[in-house]
Amino acid sequence: MAVITRGFGGRRRDDTDLPPGQYRTDDFPVLSAGPTPRISLDDWELAVVTETGERSTWSWAEFTALPADEPTVDIHCVTHWSKFGTSWRGVSLDTLLADVETAAEYVVAHSYGGYTTNIPIEDLLDGQAWVAYEFDGEPLVPVHGGPARLLVPHLYFWKSAKWLRTLELRLDDEPGFWETAGYHNYGDPWREQRYRAD
Amino acid sequence: MARAAVPGRLTWQSATVAATRAETATARTLILDVDGWTGHLPGQHIDVRLTAPDGYTAQRSYSISSAPGPDRLEVTVQVVTDGEVSPYLVEVAEPGDQLEIRGPLGGWFVRRPADPRPALLIGGGSGVAPLMSMVRAATSPTRLLYSTRSPSDALFTAELATAGAAADGLVAVRHVYTRVAPAGSPVPPRRLDADALARVVWPRDADSVAFVCGPTGFVETVADLLVGVGHDPANIRAERFGPTGG
Amino acid sequence: MSTINGGGDDAAWVDGNALAGPLGEIMGTDLTVAELTCAGCRTTRPLAAMRVFDRAPGLVARCPGCEAVVLRLVRTADRALVDLRGALLLSLPMPTA
Repeated sequence: MAVITRGFGGRRRDDTDLPPGQYRTDDFPVLSAGPTPRISLDDWELAVVTETGERSTWSWAEFTALPADEPTVDIHCVTHWSKFGTSWRGVSLDTLLADVETAAEYVVAHSYGGYTTNIPIEDLLDGQAWVAYEFDGEPLVPVHGGPARLLVPHLYFWKSAKWLRTLELRLDDEPGFWETAGYHNYGDPWREQRYRAD
Repeated sequence: MARAAVPGRLTWQSATVAATRAETATARTLILDVDGWTGHLPGQHIDVRLTAPDGYTAQRSYSISSAPGPDRLEVTVQVVTDGEVSPYLVEVAEPGDQLEIRGPLGGWFVRRPADPRPALLIGGGSGVAPLMSMVRAATSPTRLLYSTRSPSDALFTAELATAGAAADGLVAVRHVYTRVAPAGSPVPPRRLDADALARVVWPRDADSVAFVCGPTGFVETVADLLVGVGHDPANIRAERFGPTGG
Repeated sequence: MSTINGGGDDAAWVDGNALAGPLGEIMGTDLTVAELTCAGCRTTRPLAAMRVFDRAPGLVARCPGCEAVVLRLVRTADRALVDLRGALLLSLPMPTA
């Protein structure tokens, strides 16, 4: 039986649009499994690699010249915080994958620094996901994943890989960094798919 | 590390705030009563868990600052702006309040009472807390070098002055102020540098051990400087308390 | 999770000392005094000297020499998972008597 600590307020949980087990936060916690990579925009490159090894790449100038969206979305971290109404600027995955020939069903996002996460390709299409490079009207700072990060707001936020480098398109699934360490393979916050067995 | 509950298994147990003691404007010591607590080794820490009425929990680690003893321990907490646990512990908790702890924890950053080697303790800011436990329990020669921004940021000032002036000469204490020096001090404020370390480091043949605790950048710098002034890297033990947010 | 006595620094990691509680709860012994050999660069250090990234969905310990992940610890609702694929060897001190 847990000891309740008098006067320790905890977090607000009164919002009806919170997924189960989440608490609302107004700051933007920084979570990281490793040191923050510092990538110069001159060296930065985004790549999409298909199951046949076909490779498309964008330099920073090419990437930021692509048509961009400005989504405002709620984000949900598996560590129980949710943040409402976050504003981003980024390139839709529909745009990035438009000219890519693939039969892939899965995508593994690879980050500068070595992080990986896996997502079904259908969760990245139809306006559900972006490669974001601005937050709140400012360039995305390194601790939050800059120069550019994946943004897949309908899944737990560990799927929104920071410091995105490569999107690897695959016929088969390949669990990523947290998915191989006990976290759920898909990670839907509304079904509270936190852990492997959920 | 004997436990009252299941032997060999680390479990949470309840602790009651017995008293609090203000240390600076932004830090205080909580004196905790813990049934069956069998003491600790100087340098060890505890994990603290707070649970709100709605079930929300938060957990942090805090070094034990008191000398080892049964049924009671002290932690000294610096408030972290926008933190979640430290503002509660520094500004809200009152005698009689209950929280959960587990420990004592960690067998590496410890000074065992039987260890006869002289020790050099170097603390930055609230990183002095586990070193204070070592000072309070000292049975072999101990030098403390304590770096704070100003005299008013320093913890345990009066007690350290007393310990440093004791007739047995076991403990020596030296302060470094990085931003504001004491009124009338001939020494201007300055960062802890190789020169300051060279004055307190034990001779190379003294077989001494160094304990360094503070913010991550502080510990990195001090560890490098220590090696630079001739301290054996194998006998430097560090505890970095990392990012803010506590 | 762990912030030992607060502070004012931006580094996102703490020492392996902070693993004493979370690992002790699972293993029933203090593993932070164990010597760990990194599978990446083959150097050996006490687990207490690893860099632990604790602001994450789990605890991630990295070698201070090469930054490779040497240990991951995740607590689910009813399990604890410890991934040691980045560690070649753990060597623990044992009482001699």
